Amino acid sequence: MAGRPTSAEEVAEAVRAHRQVRVRGAGTKGRLVDGPGELLEMSGLRGIEEYEASEYTFTARAGTPVREIEEALAEKGQYLPFDPMFAGAGATLGGSVAAGFSGPGRFRYGGMRDFLLGVQLVDGRGTLVRSGGKVVKNAAGFDLPKFMVGSLGRMGILTEVCFKVFPRPRRTRTLRIAAPAPAAAVERLVRVAASRWEADALDYVPREAALYLRLGAPGEALDSLAAEIEAEWPGEVAVLDDEAERACWLSSREMTWANGGRRVKVPVSPSRMAALQELVDGLDGCEARFASGGAVAWLSVAASLDALRDGLARAGLIGLLFAGPADDPLWLGKRSEPAILADMKQALDPDGRFPAI
Amino acid sequence: MAAGSQLQHSLARLVAPDRVYVDDVHLAAYESDGLTVFRARPRAVVVPETSAEVVAVVRWCHGNAVPFVARGSGTSLSGGSLPVEEGIVIALNRLDRILELDPVDRVAVVEPGVINLDVSVAAGESGLYFAPDPSSQTICTIGGNVAFNSGGAHCLKYGMTANHVLGMKAVLATGEVVEFGGRSREHIGPDFTGLFCGSEGLFGVALETTLRLLPLPEMFHTVLAGYRSLEEAGNAVSAVIESGLLPGALEIMDALAIEAAEAAVACGYPGGAAAVLIVELEGPREKVAAERVQLEEILAATNSFESRVAADAEERATIWKGRKSAFSAVGRLSPDFIVQDGVVPRTRLGEALRRIGEMSAETGIRVANVFHAGDGNLHPLILFDGREDGGLERAEALAGRILEMCVAMGGSITGEHGVGMEKRAYLPGMFSEDDIDVMKRVRAAFDPKEIANPGKMFPGPEAPALTAHGLHPLEKAGVISRE
Ligand SMILES: Cc1cc2nc3c(=O)[nH]c(=O)nc-3n(C[C@H](O)[C@H](O)[C@H](O)COP(=O)(O)OP(=O)(O)OC[C@H]3O[C@@H](n4cnc5c(N)ncnc54)[C@H](O)[C@@H]3O)c2cc1C
Repeated sequence: MAGRPTSAEEVAEAVRAHRQVRVRGAGTKGRLVDGPGELLEMSGLRGIEEYEASEYTFTARAGTPVREIEEALAEKGQYLPFDPMFAGAGATLGGSVAAGFSGPGRFRYGGMRDFLLGVQLVDGRGTLVRSGGKVVKNAAGFDLPKFMVGSLGRMGILTEVCFKVFPRPRRTRTLRIAAPAPAAAVERLVRVAASRWEADALDYVPREAALYLRLGAPGEALDSLAAEIEAEWPGEVAVLDDEAERACWLSSREMTWANGGRRVKVPVSPSRMAALQELVDGLDGCEARFASGGAVAWLSVAASLDALRDGLARAGLIGLLFAGPADDPLWLGKRSEPAILADMKQALDPDGRFPAI
Repeated sequence: MAAGSQLQHSLARLVAPDRVYVDDVHLAAYESDGLTVFRARPRAVVVPETSAEVVAVVRWCHGNAVPFVARGSGTSLSGGSLPVEEGIVIALNRLDRILELDPVDRVAVVEPGVINLDVSVAAGESGLYFAPDPSSQTICTIGGNVAFNSGGAHCLKYGMTANHVLGMKAVLATGEVVEFGGRSREHIGPDFTGLFCGSEGLFGVALETTLRLLPLPEMFHTVLAGYRSLEEAGNAVSAVIESGLLPGALEIMDALAIEAAEAAVACGYPGGAAAVLIVELEGPREKVAAERVQLEEILAATNSFESRVAADAEERATIWKGRKSAFSAVGRLSPDFIVQDGVVPRTRLGEALRRIGEMSAETGIRVANVFHAGDGNLHPLILFDGREDGGLERAEALAGRILEMCVAMGGSITGEHGVGMEKRAYLPGMFSEDDIDVMKRVRAAFDPKEIANPGKMFPGPEAPALTAHGLHPLEKAGVISRE
């Protein structure tokens, strides 16, 4: 049976009251929630606490759905530029930070780690702690907010988060660039990334042999930039209509393209994209989509993990399995486990109340 | 003395003997950093040339419980690189190699002693640059930038140093050599790279850093607008922010700062201005062309009595020169000054500046203001004469009141200069006992013996001799200027 705290204090009490605790936001990254111990549902910590559009910041309770935030921001012409993942499926702010996932828009201005300003969390001793701040710039104290990005609910339970936001581009336009083979895709992607065009998002979709590039700018500028990109690869560039544009980025953010039961995130970079795609091509039931200009590969895996695990290890890559059966490994590939990881776990969660990392 | 020579002997075995200094002449050069009011003489200075030597020195320090302070160029403005008397300084300037520059992944891998600007110069050949641009960028090191999570004039849009550090190799104070992050812009697992940035030298020494590079903007559009009051300039900033534009830079200088800059570099700012505002747009030419029209409309609706657009790179450089030289220029107005860098919510900038003005009038201490208006990051320059009895103490007291005001407004005691030695007493104003306790536990995880830059960031007992010493020697020589 799950507990459903409605305040940070109640979360702290619950942590003190149980030998082992784990948290669930909306469960969009279910494998990260699995583990022993009392389950805390964070849906009771919901709502925006402060939002001052002209400060470019908001503070909200950790169980607030990202979608709710995005709606509030959109009313003021603002957004979280990194397109948080799984917002459509109900992902919460806290779960998104703990997972450390950023969507396609990460390409232009950076991701979760770059927009998170401050956190309130409950540590493994059940103490409420704040770190970071509520202003867009702050260098006081250690940057624990960044450390919480990707901490997977293993280092503390987030109860409140504060973010920096940006004005949303007036208009956007998405172009599809043909990318027949992975090598050509990488070449074109690198060309776009180094160009003067300033794309906001840049994905490679091997299944469609295409790159998708999103521009954000005032209208006249969009026409001229798009024309130049079309001239760069004559006959190989298409402009998406509004509906197709919406579908393209929704698919990227929600992984609606994925049909495997297992989902894996693999940090990568342009120089290693082709090798990873080759590995994926060689595996039955495995498919990849590269987002954020080749900074991350999202994998869908229908079959066994063994071959993927070995392949990633050989390529010197690591993956995080965030959806799949509870007895699947969390980490795939070659992971380094420095002593400081255990020491930090000990510092924040001395009694091991949260799942092991 | 015997103890000294034994230390020297031990260190000499780890690096070459001629790269261990224990003599007064050499040690004096390391006694303070950019905040010259603090001085402390270390027992020795070691100058390693390779990361293996750094690792050996740190392991030796750990084994012998000898404190160490890593040091780049010593330009910290908060006493961060102030030596520890019972410890040694590890000077990293000779680890100054750019190990790799990869235009495909758009990253640079650099040693800690590499100068900030040198990264952009090298990357420029591939049309890339390293965004963090502290005004000390011609002299400060990447190691120092990482340790202090340094900023610059472009933070609102591009963030601070931490946002541009993807991975690192470091030797922790325990002697453990770790690799955090990598060359991907994404990571999985807790973000150790992000945590290390801004740790002010309390975790260990960064040996190699993987930096995120960005494509150089195609063009800049720089506007300089003069106002009859500081408040009007502040209102203009609000108008720009509320319009939905995202300028690369939004900076303000007040009359005293303008006067100083004018005298120092003849930047030709609008005569009689009580404040000037610098707004810079950047990006693809079409985008800038559309946005500049919008910006012109916004500024036209403000009360600026004169506004100018930089017609070319040279004029842009002149506008920035006034801004970037402001700090050292203020040094001409006064024998001594201290700089604070507290942050307030941007919407309360006007109020904060008014209160600083009131405090200045009340105490009779002159304060010049130069600040990153887009971030709400103040830089009050508090002028004093160290030869006057109690001059420094009065200036410090005013600085403290300004920091308290920043905290009370929901801001921060530091936006980019770090807590260091100077602001450690103010950390508890921002954080509760429990918050600080967690930070201490984190510190203990990285450095159980408290040998890495001890005495900084956390409130502590005594601070080394507080005396007014004027400008940093390099500033006096005109090599650097502060922002
Ligand atoms: C004229 C002037 C202008 C300035 N302008 C700005 C500005 O615009 N924005 C801004 O943010 N700052 C500014 N500063 C402050 C300063 O330049 C920055 O803090 C800078 O990053 C310090 O770099 P450094 O190489 O001098 O580091 P140091 O002063 O030598 O060291 C700073 C800290 O970093 C630690 N450290 C150094 N190297 C390492 C390493 N490899 N690993 C771990 N820890 C290390 C030191 O122990 C110390 O705590 C200015 C300073 C001056 C004097």
